[in-house]
Amino acid sequence: MSLYVARSSAIAARVLDGEMIVMSTRDSTLFTLNETATEIWQAADGRTPLEEIAGRLSEKFEVEPDAALRDAEECCRKLAERGILVVSEEPIA
Amino acid sequence: MSGIVVEIGGMPVCLTTDDPALVEMLEDRYAGFTTTHPVAEPLQLRIDLVPGLASGADDVRVTRTNGRWLFERSDFVAEWWPQSGQGTLRQALANPYSVDTVLRILHSVTLVPQGGFLLHAASAIRNGRAFVFSGISGAGKTTISRLAPPDVTLLSDEISYIRPCEGRYCAFGTPFAGELAKVGENVNAPLDTVYLLAQGPENRRDPVTPAEAARALLRNILFFAEDPKLVELVFRAALDCVARVPVYRLTFVPDPSVWETIG
Repeated sequence: MSLYVARSSAIAARVLDGEMIVMSTRDSTLFTLNETATEIWQAADGRTPLEEIAGRLSEKFEVEPDAALRDAEECCRKLAERGILVVSEEPIA
Repeated sequence: MSGIVVEIGGMPVCLTTDDPALVEMLEDRYAGFTTTHPVAEPLQLRIDLVPGLASGADDVRVTRTNGRWLFERSDFVAEWWPQSGQGTLRQALANPYSVDTVLRILHSVTLVPQGGFLLHAASAIRNGRAFVFSGISGAGKTTISRLAPPDVTLLSDEISYIRPCEGRYCAFGTPFAGELAKVGENVNAPLDTVYLLAQGPENRRDPVTPAEAARALLRNILFFAEDPKLVELVFRAALDCVARVPVYRLTFVPDPSVWETIG
């Protein structure tokens, strides 16, 4: 089963000096994303399956595809818990 | 109905009330920030005294519904219509404390769409340049203000007013005082440096990354509203500011020599 991820609409974000700063516009919570989370955030268009995003991470960070997918799923789960990403089993419009 | 015009950060607000004693208190509270010359279209805030409201020990609540802002605490209820630039404030007692809180909120929600913000920070002008010293309570805002040499003009020891002006950022004086209980001077200057305060064994200034600067600024911006659009504007304003104004961590010992490090 594929997962799809999209950026939450309740977020303001900007890359500053190579770091992705993200702020929840609901409760003003501030986050700094690490490299993996930033890659996922930037790829989270709601249409690209997470496997494909994980494949890019696997190449970029030179890790096994299965490990990259597990890491990506874990990262997405955490980002979704904080309201930064939306995760769905269907493509997100 | 009589009143006064209080001008902070170049934004005049006309405060009117039926209570002459309250007008006198406000004139005293905002001395140096009142203006007697005609002002084109000042914001208007009518103050009514309403017996029965409690004292103001609780947190303020700021919400926006259908274009109308509502600022509430147990000692006051204020409504604000930004489109018309008019509002009302119903408060319990004839004292300036509720007005002071409402003015801070009013300035914060009005300033953010202009790219500015109120910051928990001391600020001062030296040699035509403004310096801002930001930090949480106890970081040293009052100390650094108290240690300022005579050629320094204090803008605030507690709440600094920062907004874009003429293509750069400027810091303005405010009457919002902290522990010094001394209002700032009603002047402004281009913002030269933002310092993040830390007390330590020596005076030194260290660069901070833009991301660290942004996080520090966002932690210290005075913002009351639970309003997603305005939160996003605060985020943009803070990041724009740190992209254009140098930010350093200022570690200092509490003696006047720190001002040799500041500039």
